[in-house]
This record gives sequence, structure tokens and C-alpha cells, in this order.
Amino acid sequence: MALKLEGVTKVSGADVHIHPTDLTLEKGTMNVLLGPTLSGKTSLMRLMAGLDVPARGRVFWNGEDVTGMRVQDRGVAMVYQQFINYPSMSVYDNIASPMRLTGVSKDEIDRRVRETAELMKLTPMLDRRPLELSGGQQQRCALARALVKDAGLVLLDEPLANLDYKLREELRVEIPRIFAASGAIFVYATTEPEEALLLGGNTATLWEGRVTQFGPTPEVYRRPVDATTARVFSDPPMNFLQVSKTGARLMFGEGQSAEARGRLASLPDGRYLAGFRPNHLGIASKAGAMRFRTVVAVTEITGSETFVHLDHAGERWVGQLHGIHALEHGAQVEVFLDPAHVYIFGEDGALVAPAAYAEAA
Amino acid sequence: MAQITLDNLAHSYLAKPVSNDDYALKPMNHTWADGEAYALLGPSGCGKSTLLNIISGLLQPSQGRILFGETDVTHAATAERNIAQVFQFPVVYDTMTVRENLAFPLKNRGADRAYVAERVATIAKMIGMEGELDRKARGLTADAKQKISLGRGMVREDVNALLFDEPLTVIDPQMKWELRTQLKSLHRQFGHTMIYVTHDQTEALTFADRVVVMHDGRVVQIGTPQELFERPEHTFVGYFIGSPGMNVIPARVEGRTAYIDGAEMALAHGYGALSGKVEIGVRPEYARLSDEGMPVKIRRVEDVGRHRIVRAEFFGHDINIIAGEGEEIPADRVRVSFDGAHVNVYADDWRVAPESAPGVAA
Repeated sequence: MALKLEGVTKVSGADVHIHPTDLTLEKGTMNVLLGPTLSGKTSLMRLMAGLDVPARGRVFWNGEDVTGMRVQDRGVAMVYQQFINYPSMSVYDNIASPMRLTGVSKDEIDRRVRETAELMKLTPMLDRRPLELSGGQQQRCALARALVKDAGLVLLDEPLANLDYKLREELRVEIPRIFAASGAIFVYATTEPEEALLLGGNTATLWEGRVTQFGPTPEVYRRPVDATTARVFSDPPMNFLQVSKTGARLMFGEGQSAEARGRLASLPDGRYLAGFRPNHLGIASKAGAMRFRTVVAVTEITGSETFVHLDHAGERWVGQLHGIHALEHGAQVEVFLDPAHVYIFGEDGALVAPAAYAEAA
Repeated sequence: MAQITLDNLAHSYLAKPVSNDDYALKPMNHTWADGEAYALLGPSGCGKSTLLNIISGLLQPSQGRILFGETDVTHAATAERNIAQVFQFPVVYDTMTVRENLAFPLKNRGADRAYVAERVATIAKMIGMEGELDRKARGLTADAKQKISLGRGMVREDVNALLFDEPLTVIDPQMKWELRTQLKSLHRQFGHTMIYVTHDQTEALTFADRVVVMHDGRVVQIGTPQELFERPEHTFVGYFIGSPGMNVIPARVEGRTAYIDGAEMALAHGYGALSGKVEIGVRPEYARLSDEGMPVKIRRVEDVGRHRIVRAEFFGHDINIIAGEGEEIPADRVRVSFDGAHVNVYADDWRVAPESAPGVAA
């Protein structure tokens, strides 16, 4: 079983919502669509579901061309950010409703409702109405309705965005488990990099209507193909710095440089863009690390970590430091960066050399 | 700017509350300092919005008083309280330009034109919308509209307090960083009393000087991010703050030793006789996989980029351990050790103060 998109596009008037996209999702995989608002996540999902017909390109389901087939005739289930349940029905009837439409026997319905309710931890709530449940339980009810259909394709559009942080944390742990038990193709849209990492599976990063990269989630995170992907898949945002290559060295400014090793060694001299993640910036001196002078703009302490926003030669960097560091606004701080944690992008944004640590991982 | 006093304040949505359970907000006494930034943090239903609505005047409390400075405002209308509010969803006038939207609270109060122009320019720069001042708000994205709402909330300098009700919910993660740091800079510059309601711990901890953690209609702890992280006064605070939350493990505590199902570990402090349900609490950040320590069985390892979350079974209890990005995770004979200085002891969910600290009088 597989869903295959071949050169699909979505156009509305003069606006291109989705540029030509090829994507193949295999049976039994979790696929995250990661990108900011308006990057095309929902548009892409609607094309996958058959809710919209692509302007160009084809959609294949198990090798069969389903482009233009109505969503009702496809085995698709969708869950939205807003929990959608029937308020006048009990939780039991809500979960049973998709099966009643397709003429499943009463005993079979009962068995599947109870099985799914158990999986979603809703068994004690089966007789209640959705509005008597907490937000998390309401969304679990909506998820249960999607799962019980036994659809081959389950599309989840930011399903946890309206939930409390802690409930989100709990459901994020549960969803991969539920997904593993179902065997369907899951597609999960989110704006949050951390959510993508926790869900695992594969990730497609989206930016302005384009899939910039698709692959196993940790791989996309550690080996982004371009600066845009790296930016989308980094929270706090990735830090950037203009560098230049001269002979065997990469010059980072302030007299700081690193040996141009591996793939970098064969690059032509010239200007490049260096990128590094906030958690790789340190304030303790470290052997082999480059040192930069910065000024503290804002410090945010979470208890376990400190986010320090730094001004460096006209750029704003973020450092995510372990522990608590009371860095005052306006203070001058030296920060340290191990060249092994630096990604090098070309001036067009394409990755020319991944960070050495990621190559080793 | 004003200090805010909650004097024996409580609220029930029922006409005749009988038991404590009937109160959405249980009786509380607090004084919040002038010019500080507070966050009200808790899950839905904890009472944080009820409390905010009482402070803003949208709701009259069933009992007690609320003071701004020395003035009793318990029964004053919202408009009389001289506060600015920003809500979860943008409140923007679509037919007005961005400039008119930002200027509205000032014009409404008859501020002079030069002052209005200057403030609007300052705020527009802060929210990064200088280039869009003359376009109509209609058709802007939710992000942009919420930035206008935030800007409008901050345009007046003479307010008693600035109240924010989950203002960043509709904002993308990357933009959240920007707006939050701008709010913080603004607070540092102008020293407004700010109250920020959220269920998101990162937002609360990074924004506020002090975080007010609410649970079940009560304030369970008011503290700095560091205090909430290192010394949660209640197991709920341990659970709610931190991602994942604190590990809470049933134990028997005698003096300076904790006994967990036969295993024992030394504590950094001594404790007197404890009664009720006794547990130790240790955050995943203070648990380490190691060669020595107590046996643990690894269930699953989740890679979240900057570190990994190890989900493990420890004497029949689920615990979480944080492992570094490059750290090796042993395959067999796995053991865990806890950083004794960061183990807290709880009796019936409340933290027990130790009797003695090493080298320091308790």
C-alpha cells in the first residue's frame, strides 16, 4: 500500500499554493509535514485526501490513479485542529458513527468501538457526551473516530495545537504507539520541530508551497539539504554567520578560523553561509572551539536551561545553555562554537558541507 | 503602574457555594509587586482565566477584594481600571489601517497628535510592522493581526497593568521567539506590571520574573523559574513544569537515606519522621545512566535533537532520564543514578523541608 504524488500542484487564481511536488508515502509509516503557517501543509493534505483536485499532476493509491476521485470513495480519515465531534451523541455513538454509514454489523461495531476506546483511554467515558469531556479527551474521541474507520490513509492536521501543553506532551507519546498498532499511512502536520522529532518516522519540511526535503526525521534534522530546511527544522531558530574560504581555512571573522576539512577542502574560495543550532553555542571555553564577542540582548530562563539572545556584529543569535545563567542585558559575553557543529551553505542556500558531528552520528 | 493585592479572594460560579469543591477559585491572599512580570500557569480548568477575569473586571468575585495600589477596584468596571488587555485571538478593526489600529487607544483618550505619532512609530518598530502602517488590517495573516493586538496593548504608557491571555497561541514557533523577546525588552524598558496567562510552561518561564502555578483553583507555588525547577513545592509543579516532568517515585525515607523497593540511596539532607504518602522527586535532567547506581530497564529512547529522552522502568515505575546528544546509551546492565543534591522529598504531595543541609544551618 502506498500513496504517490506525481508532480501535483495547487493553484488558486494567480497564487500558487503548492509547487510541483513528488512524494511517495509507504504503508505503515508516520509522515510529518513540518513548516510554518501558510507553508502549504493543509493544501498538501487536502490534495492527498482528494478534498481538492490538483491543478496538475496525478495522485496514485496502491498504483491506481485516484486523481479527481471523490474523498467519500477513498479510504481516508482526517482529524483537524478543532476537535469535531457530534455534541448530541455519546462518545460511544460518536466513535461508532463512521462504521454505521458503511453497514458494518452491530457486533463488529461494538467490538471495534470498545477496542479503539481502550486504546484511546476513553473506556470510562463511553456514555458521556463530548462537551462533558476535557479538551484532550474530546480530541482523543475525534482521533478514535478517525482510527475506527480502518482507513488506509489517516491525515492529522495540527491535531494537538488546541490542547494544553501537558496533554500535548502525553498525546505525542501516545500517537506513535496508536499509529504503530494501526498499520495505516499517517500524515501529521505541525509547525513545531520538537513535535516532529518526538513523532519520529519521516519528515517533509515545507516552505512557501514547496517540499524542501523528505526523509527519516533525525536525518532531515541533522542533515538538512539547504538553509531553508535547517531554518524550518530548528526551534529556537538556527543561527547564521557569513564566512569565507581562503585556501585551506574557513574564516569566521574576529580572527577566528577553522580548517576546511573533508568536503570543504575541495570547495572554491569565496563567501559561504555558516549555520549552527542554539544548543551548540557555549559560554564555557572549550578546546578547539572558536570564540566570538557578543552582547546580551535578552535572557530567558526555563529552570533547566537558559536561552540567551545575543547581538553579534549586526546578527541576532540565540544560545540554548544548560543550567541557569543570569546574563544581564548589555553585558559583553564571549561565546564558544566547535567547528564540528557548523553547517556550511552556499550563497544560494544549498548545503555544501554538513556539520562533522552530524556526519558521524 | 500599580501593585496588585488579592485579599481573601475567591470565586464560585454557583449562586450558593457550599463546599470547597464549588469554588473555581479557592480563597487566596497574594500581593504582586509593582513593575514585575507574572505568569499564571496551569492546565485548563485550573482557575487561571477566572483569576485574570477578576483582575480585569470582567468578573465580580464571590468574596474578597482586589486592590490596585491602595484603591479597591473589586466593583469597578473594566474601563475604570486603566488596564490594557491582549487576548488569545486578535482583536483588530479590519477597516482601519495598521496605523489607525495602533493609535486607537491613544486617540480614544485624546492624546495629542505628535505624541500619538511618536508612540505608534515606536510600537510599529517593535512589532516589525513599520512597512505596513498604511495598509488596512483586512487580509493580514492571523500572525500579523495578533502582532497588531500586542502592539495596541502596549501603546499606552500610563496603564496600571498589562494583561495577556494566551496571546501567542496562534503564532508560529519562530515568531513566538521574536514576540516574546520583544515583550521582555519592553518590560525591561518600561517596567509595566504584567500578568500573562498561559498553559505553556516555556512561555511562562521565559517571560515572567515570577510564575504563579495554579492547580485545581489554588495557587500551589509562586516562584522564579529556577525555584520551580529545582524545588517544586508540590508534585503537581514537578509534573507540570519540565518536559518531561519530574519523576515521582514511592520511597521510605529515614534520616539521610531513601529506600526504594530494597535499593537505597543517600540523600544530600536529613529528614525527620514522615507520615502519609512519601515519595522522592527527581527531574529527568538530574538522573543519569551510569555504571553504578540502581538497576533500570530501558523501554525506549526518543531523539529530540539537542538531547534524548530515555523512557525506562525503575522498580516497576516509569521514569524518564535525559541523555546528551552524543552520549552513549549502554545496551545491558544499565544503571541509573540520581544527583542527590537535586532530589526532593514529598509527603502527601507537598515538599518536605530537610532538617539539615550539609555545612549550612537549616
